[in-house]
Order: sequence, then structure tokens, then C-alpha cells
Amino acid sequence: MKGHAILHRVANQAVVVIFLTITLLAIPVSGLPLPSIIQEIVTRMGRNAFLVFSLILPIMAGMGINFGMVLGAMAGQIGLIFAVDWNIVGVPGLIFASLIGVPLAAILGALAGAVLNRARGREMVTGYILGFFMDGFYQLVVLYLMGSVIPVHSPAITLSRGYGIRNTLNLDSVRQSLDKLLNVQIGGIRFPLANYLVIFLLCLFILWFKRTKLGQDMRAVGQDERVAHAAGIPVERTRIVAIIMSTILACLGQIIFLQNMGNMATYNAHKQTGFFAAAAILVGGASVTRATISNVFIGTLLLHLMYIVVPRAGTNLFGSAMIGEFFRDAFSYAIIALALVIHAWRKRAKAEQERSLLRGNVIVRDGTNGTNPSPTALYGQNQGESL
Amino acid sequence: MNKTALQKIQDFIQDFGWPRLIIALFVVVLFLIAPFVGVRLDASLQDVIARFGQNGVMVLALVPMMQAGAGLNFGLPVGIIAGLLGSTLSMEFGFTGWLGFGMAIVLSLPFSLLFGWLYGVLLNKVKGEEMTIAMYVGFSLVTFMAILWIILPYHNPAMVWGYAGKGLRTTITLDGYWARILNNFLALRITPSFTLPTGTILFFILLAFGMWLFMRSKTGTALTAVGSNPDFARAGGVSIDRMRLISVIVSTIYGAIGILVYQQSYGFIQVYNAPLFMAFPAVAAILLGGASLHKASIMNVVVGTFLFQGILTMTPSVINSLMQTDMSEVLRILISNGMIIYALTRKTRVTK
Repeated sequence: MKGHAILHRVANQAVVVIFLTITLLAIPVSGLPLPSIIQEIVTRMGRNAFLVFSLILPIMAGMGINFGMVLGAMAGQIGLIFAVDWNIVGVPGLIFASLIGVPLAAILGALAGAVLNRARGREMVTGYILGFFMDGFYQLVVLYLMGSVIPVHSPAITLSRGYGIRNTLNLDSVRQSLDKLLNVQIGGIRFPLANYLVIFLLCLFILWFKRTKLGQDMRAVGQDERVAHAAGIPVERTRIVAIIMSTILACLGQIIFLQNMGNMATYNAHKQTGFFAAAAILVGGASVTRATISNVFIGTLLLHLMYIVVPRAGTNLFGSAMIGEFFRDAFSYAIIALALVIHAWRKRAKAEQERSLLRGNVIVRDGTNGTNPSPTALYGQNQGESL
Repeated sequence: MNKTALQKIQDFIQDFGWPRLIIALFVVVLFLIAPFVGVRLDASLQDVIARFGQNGVMVLALVPMMQAGAGLNFGLPVGIIAGLLGSTLSMEFGFTGWLGFGMAIVLSLPFSLLFGWLYGVLLNKVKGEEMTIAMYVGFSLVTFMAILWIILPYHNPAMVWGYAGKGLRTTITLDGYWARILNNFLALRITPSFTLPTGTILFFILLAFGMWLFMRSKTGTALTAVGSNPDFARAGGVSIDRMRLISVIVSTIYGAIGILVYQQSYGFIQVYNAPLFMAFPAVAAILLGGASLHKASIMNVVVGTFLFQGILTMTPSVINSLMQTDMSEVLRILISNGMIIYALTRKTRVTK
């Protein structure tokens, strides 16, 4: 019984364990000095953790990984375009970008929430495609409407044809303004303290939010929509709110991410955010139905550790940087697939158990749920076949 | 009960769906105004038909899985990878012409059977979550294969990087092998700029007929039963898992052949990241043709591929001459993904 329970625990964290093993093996092979790895991790955590946080609330509300968070990233980018165009420098520029981005993100989030409400049970794939779809709108706005319908003044950011934003946007005016606001050196490693302060505030907010009425509602909806509905919780509205908040956080997260990068690939920067964030939170041990703050930190740390060491390890092992890069992509995709598969397996096992209880026949799956078969179990001997 | 004509039209519209109707009308309008803005109609028609043949088989590959209730096959790249292995191996062994194309199909078969089987077993274990998982299985397989394209011992100088002597090129030309071999077979030159790619169309018809036969066979009927009413099918003694597995394998085989047809028409083999997003246009096309998540027919494939490719070819030329800007890319993104979202969010009507 006990061995079973341990095995169960390991299976629960299979994703993390596999990931950790491969990454740890790659560290010595990469030949990178430890201080430079740590410096990279510190920078990247500050840059990315906020984006990953945006996935927590929809998971809480039972909507799975919100791949539609790229909508928020787009809103943030539009905000930054205006901040650069109006030449608002430094942290005020970031605040200005947020002031434009957040309302946009709220609108997009409400839209996405409404769409996802119509796609119950397939929120993830719908959210993913929704990201593609809104990318079309983003292009329409940024490539065609900006400079022709929406006033853009700076010729430095417009395409030579007179309208549309250039492929690469130089963010010099706001570059690393948040990172450098409170830069602290500890043992030769630079800490962008302001950045971490913002993330810390976000953590406090999420902890507080979980205790509010709305947060409790969200959790109730995530656990069982029917029960939540019966308890008088407006299920659809709560789900929409979860997506709106996620989209707004993604918008702010993207602004933080891009100010660190210092320039922005106008038409590509948002495309991978959903994938990175999803991979990070899943690597951190979150499942499609449960995510905590520690999942975000562990996941962001592990994913970026892998992103730093694996390509170098690949170069050293195979003499080709491309192999390492393909490997980390394949690995991240596979991790997402694996986490989703484990989730689906569990859901099925649970459904099967419930069904067999109805039949009056208990399938003993693991030590935790082994109740005695009821005396009425005369038929339906363990029919595994189910939907 | 006699329905009036108006009611019938209303029923039809509701069945077909407004978005599809609007897009179909849009394509018709594009064709109608094309001559007035200086776009040659025969050249456009040639493009549409050639692209139809090029992409049709991959769209066809989606039918069995949708019918079996396994949803949209976003994991089409699994089949595509099998096809890529087939064509690269055939080239490596030095087969050319018809033999080369035939051997590409033959060599892809063991891979599509194996991949399809594994992929099908996995999808059976994750019922209800197939689509997202299929997508990520496809992504990870494509990127994993990218590593293999570098390290597999391919030697044919036409395929590997010239200076290193190893590792496949990102695009491999099929000139001298089997480029456009189907397109040129019995090609009919109707007007100077309209040549019918007869071979490709015939090949599509052949495969579509094969699919039609399969869907009407005993297995195909059982498969459809599983998709439309699983409980009923199980009560009738049909193994749901087995039927779904068969549907996935057939889909993977068609996906492999689909990419081979695509390659010969395009003239190049594209490896590495190229297959990553190839499932999405195929999915958009079949949905545009009137399929729903759990119901797809050969007719949906034909209509959908024609409409979708019609948009892809006509919008750049017509819209550009009308508005002097290239909005076609934006339109393509909005229409194809909009169609997928529409299908995913549509409430399926239980009874008719």
C-alpha cells in the first residue's frame, strides 16, 4: 500500500521529475560557469514570471491553460507602440503603455471569455485558435490602420510606405526602465529589484484574491460547475471574469517582458508567449486543474534553466547548435503534451470509478480508494470500456 | 407536412451556417469581379484547381477521425512526417519518376501504420481532450524529427547541405525526381494560361473514391456509428477503441499520401519546421465545406477545399488591384481561424 502511494506521488510529479533530470544532466555538459547561469536565470525570472502568473486564474476556474492569453500580449504591444510614438520615456512610458493596454486587454478578455463559454470542454484548443484569429486583427490594426486611420506621428516607427508599424520596434525610450529602477548587486549578480517587487505585489494580490468572494466563486466553478450554479454563483460571468483578469495580467506581463528585451518584433513577439507560459507552469508541476504560485516560480526557473543549458549542451555533444535548439523545442512541446495526457488520464480514471460505483462495482485503482465491493455487485464485472 | 420554399431555404441556411454562406458568396463575388479589375479568369481558375489537387488529399485525411468522433485531427503532422520519411527515403535510394513517387508512397506506409497506431492508442486514452493533445503531439513530433533530419545518415547530394555533406536541406527540390509528375500526367491545355493538372485531380478522385468505399464498408459504417452515438454503438457490439484506432491510422496514411501529392505539385520537399502548422489550413478547409466536429463527408472536403483555395488565390490578386494594398494575408488568417472557432463554438444540434 505504501509503495503504491509513493508511486502515485511520483506519477503526480512525473513531468517535473523528467524535466529536472534532463536539465541537470545538461548543466555539466553545457560547460557554462555557474555564476553566468545564475545571472541569466535571475534576469529571465524577472522578465517572464509575470506572464506565467496570468495562467493561474483560468486554471482555478476550471478552464484549463488559457492559450488565449496572447490576446493580452497583443494589447500590451499596442500600448507600447503608442508609448514609443508619443515618446514617453522611462517608467512613465511603461505606465502609459499599461493605461492603453489594460482597457484593451479587458475588452479582448471579455470577448475571449464569451467565446470560451460557448466552447465548454474544449476551452484550450478554442483559446489557442482564438489567439491565431486575433493575430489577424492585430495585423489589421497595426499593419494597416495605424498611420492611416489611427494617428501615428513618429516616422521612425512607421513603414516607409507611410502607414503601418515597422517589423522591429526599437524600445530604447523605455528600455529596461523597470529593471534599472532598483538595481542591486549581490555577489557579482545584478538583481532587478523593482521587477521582483512588482512580481511580489502580484503574488500578494493573487493570495488576497483567492480569499475574496470572487476568488472563492472561481474555485467553486472550477471544481464543479453544476454545484456552483446550484449554489447561486453566476458561472458564465465568473468564467468571463477569470479570462478578463488573465488577459490583463498577460498584457502587463508582456510590457514587462518587452521592456527587458529592449526591442519588439512587432508581428511575432506575441506568438510564442502562450506556449512559453504554458510550458513553464506545467513544468513547475501545475496540472490543467490546479496551479499555485510555487508552480509558477519553479516552472519559470526550470524552463529557463533548460533554455540556457540545453542548446549549449547540444552544441558540445553533437557539434551543432541547431540540434540543441530543436531539442528544447521538442522537449517543451512534449512536456505540454505529457501534462495534458496525464490530466486526461486522471479525468478518465475518475469518471470510470464513478461509473463503476453506479454499477455497484468498485474498481480498485490504487490504495487510497479501495472500498469493499458492495454485495450488489453481481454484474458489470469491471467493464473497462467507456467513453 | 409540406414545407414552403422559404422555410426550406431557412433550414438550409441554418444547416449550412451563415459564415460559410458569406464566405461562399465572397468567393463567387471575387470570381465575378476578377475580369473587371484586370485579373485573368482562366489563370485564376488554373491556380485554384492546381491548389485544390495539391491540398485536397490532406483535407480528405481529416474525414475518418471526425466521423469516428475523435474530433479535428490537429495531429495531421504525424501523417505528414510519415510522408516526409517516405519521400526522403525514396530519393535517398535514387528512385526517380513514377517509380520514385510510387516508392515514396510504399516507403511511407510502414511509418504511417506505426505512427498512426501509436498516435491512435494515445488518443484512445485521452478521450475528450483529443484536440489539444493532438496538436501538441504533432508539434513535438515535428520538432523531434527536425533533430533526426540533421543526424540521420542521408547521403544523396541533392538532399544534404553541400558544404557539410550531411543533414537535410530545409527545402529539397524534386526536379529530376518526381516534381509535378501527377500534375503533368495527361495535362490538358485548355487556354494558354489554363492547363488542367489532370493527373493530380484523377489521383484525388481515386483517393476520394477509396475513402468513400471505406466509409461505406462494414468498418466504415461501424466507425460512423461510434462517432454519432457511442453508447448505441457499444450496445451493438462495436468496439469503440478499435474503431477509433482504425480511423486514426487511416487518417495518418492519408495524411502521408497527402503531403506526397502536395510535394510533387509544389516541386519541393520541405522538412524541419515546415509541417508545424500544416494541419490548420486543412482543418479550416473541411469546416468551410460544411463539416461539423463530428460529421464530415467527401462532399465537405471537395466544396471546402475549393472555397478555401479560392479565397487564398483570389484575394491577393483581386483585392490588391481593388485597394492597392495586400490585405490577403490578414483575410486568410481571419477566415481560416474564424471558421475553426465557429465550428468549435457551435452548439451541436442533437436531433434534426
